[in-house]
Amino acid sequence: MISEKANQQMDQMIARYPVKRSAMIPMLHLVQAEEGYLSEDGIRLIASKLDLTYMDVSNTASFYTMFYRRPMGKYRIQWCRSISCMLCGGDALREHLESRLGILKGQMTPDGRFSLAEVECLGACGRAPMMQINADYYEDLTPAGIDRILESLK
Amino acid sequence: MTTKVISARFDLPDSHRIETYVAEGGYNALRKALGGMTPEEVIEEVKRSALRGRGGAGFPTGMKWDFVPKDNPKPKYLVVNADESEPGTFKDRVILERDPHALIEGILLGSYAIGCHQSFIYIRGEYWYLIDILEQAIAEARQRGYLGRDILESGFDLDIVVHPGAGAYICGEETSLLESLEGKRGYPRIKPPFPAVVGLYGCPTAVNNVETLASVPPIILRGGDWYRSLGTGKSGGTRLFAVSGHVRKPGVYELPMGYPLKKLIEQDCGGIRNGKRLKAVIPGGSSAPILTAEEAERATLDFECLAELKSMLGSGAIIVMDEDTDIFKACWRMTEFYEHESCGWCVPCREGTRWMSKIFERIHCGEGRPRDIDLLAELSNNMFGRAHCPLGDASAWAVEPAIRKFRGEFEKYLRPPAKVAAS
Ligand SMILES: Cc1cc2nc3c(=O)[nH]c(=O)nc-3n(C[C@H](O)[C@H](O)[C@H](O)COP(=O)(O)O)c2cc1C
Ligand code: FES
Repeated sequence: MISEKANQQMDQMIARYPVKRSAMIPMLHLVQAEEGYLSEDGIRLIASKLDLTYMDVSNTASFYTMFYRRPMGKYRIQWCRSISCMLCGGDALREHLESRLGILKGQMTPDGRFSLAEVECLGACGRAPMMQINADYYEDLTPAGIDRILESLK
Repeated sequence: MTTKVISARFDLPDSHRIETYVAEGGYNALRKALGGMTPEEVIEEVKRSALRGRGGAGFPTGMKWDFVPKDNPKPKYLVVNADESEPGTFKDRVILERDPHALIEGILLGSYAIGCHQSFIYIRGEYWYLIDILEQAIAEARQRGYLGRDILESGFDLDIVVHPGAGAYICGEETSLLESLEGKRGYPRIKPPFPAVVGLYGCPTAVNNVETLASVPPIILRGGDWYRSLGTGKSGGTRLFAVSGHVRKPGVYELPMGYPLKKLIEQDCGGIRNGKRLKAVIPGGSSAPILTAEEAERATLDFECLAELKSMLGSGAIIVMDEDTDIFKACWRMTEFYEHESCGWCVPCREGTRWMSKIFERIHCGEGRPRDIDLLAELSNNMFGRAHCPLGDASAWAVEPAIRKFRGEFEKYLRPPAKVAAS
C-alpha cells in the first residue's frame, strides 16, 4: 500500500517540474522505498497521476538498474565489479562474501535478509574494493571487514 | 605548494554548511556578477579563463554558454551533470559532499550568464546520501536570499531542483541525461541539434559537469587571466584528479593542468604499492586509451599532451596498474562494463560490445582461435565512429589500443596449436 504521505509527496514532486512526466523517476524511487520493489499498484498510481499508460511507466522503469519488480533482500548488497575495484582484489573478496552469505551473485538468502547483485562503478574507486548496502557505502573492504559488516546487520 | 582552487575548503570543519562557505568569501562572486557585470561579461571572463569541461569531453565552457541563443523566447535551462559513473571517477562526489555551495554559486553564475531561471541537478541515484546534503545546501542558500526571487535585490530569479537518476551509465551522456530528466528511457539523441539550442523540453539548455561549475566562482572573483595562468595556455586552471588502482595513496588530488603524471603517481600518491613497478595507466576514466609505463613517464596532465599520445584527459580519473596486472582481464572487465551499459539502441554498440565480451570469454577459457585477437581489434575499429553515441567509441578505445600496446598479454591466453602426434 502506498501511504497517504507518499501520495502527497508524489503530488509535490510533480509540481516541481514544468512537464509532469519528469517526476517519474523520483516517483518510482518513492514507490520502491514504500513497497520494497516496484509493485503493480505503485506503477498504476504513477501512471494515473502522470496521465500515462501502465506500460509506458513500466517500460521506462525497466531501463534503469536501480528499479526492480520483485522483492529483494532486507539488506540489498550491490557489489562493485568495475575496473578499479577489480584491480584491488575485488573478485576474490566477492567470493569471500558469497561464501559467507551462502549465495552467489544474483541470488537472495532463503530467509530474505540479504540479496547480492554485481553492479558497475559506484564512484568510490579510491577506496576499493567497495560495496553498497541499501543506501550506505562500505569502502576499503577486507575479508575481516566484510565479516564484521555482516555481523552488524544480523 | 600548488594553488588550491576547488579543494580549498574540503578539509574545513562543516565545510558543507553555508556559514563556512560565506566565511571563506563564498557568494562574493555572485555579488560581483549581479552587482555590476552583464551576462556577456560573465561569459567573456569564463572564456578568458580557458576553463574546459570537466565531465569528459573537455569542451570550452565559455563557448558552450555563448552558444545558448539570447534571442530565443523559450525558457533556458542549466542542467548539472552529477551522474558521475565513468569507471575510475569519484571526484564530483567530494565536491557534492564537502563543498555543495561552490556548486550552487557556480550554477547561479552559469544561469545568470545564459538567462536561466530554473536549474536541475541530475545526480546518480546511488549517491542517495548526497541528495540530502544538496537539498540542505539549497535550503540554506534560499534562506539567505541567494536563491529564489530577486536574488540580492538584482531582479534575477533562480531555483534549483535536485533530480535523482536510477542507475544507467549512459545517462551521463548529456542528451541521454535530458531524456532521462524528461522521464523517459535514457536513449541518446542525435546531435545536432545540440542541447544549447534544443535541449530540455526542446528549450535551449547548457549541460555542465559539477566540477566545471564549481570552478566558475573563483574565475569570476579573481579573473579569467589568473585562472588560466594556473594551467597551460589552452587548458586553464587546476582540476581534480581521481587516482585509483595500485598506488599507495589513492584519492582525489587537485593539481594544475600540465602537471606531470609521473610526479602525481610517484610523489603525490606515494608511488606504486608494495614496491612494484608501473605497467600501465588509464589517464581519463575507462573510456580513455591505455598508456604504457613509458608513455606515462612523459605524459603531462593536460588536454593537449594526452591528445598527442592518442589518449584523453576525459573525466580526470587516473587508473594505475602495476607490473602484476593482467591487461587482458582488465580489458575484458571494461568490455563487460560497456556491454552492460550499452543502451541497446544501435546495432554496432549493442552487438559489438556483446560480441567482444564473448570473444574475451572464449579466449579466457582456452577456446581462443588464433585470429581472435585481430578480430577484437577489428571489431573495435569497426565500432569506432559508427555508433549512435560516443559509448561505442569508448568501448572500442578500451580494447584496441591495449591490444596494440600489450599484445603479448592477449597472446599468452591462446593455447599453442595442438601438435598432431607423428605415428
Ligand atoms: C557515455 C558517456 C557518459 C558520460 N558520463 C558523464 C558523467 O557521468 N558525468 C559528466 O559530467 N559527464 C559525462 N559525460 C559527458 C557529457 O556528455 C557532457 O559532455 C558533459 O556533461 C558536459 O559538461 P562539461 O562541459 O562541463 O564537461 C559522458 C559522456 C558520454 C558519452
Ligand atoms: S570501480 Fe568500484 S567504485 Fe569505481
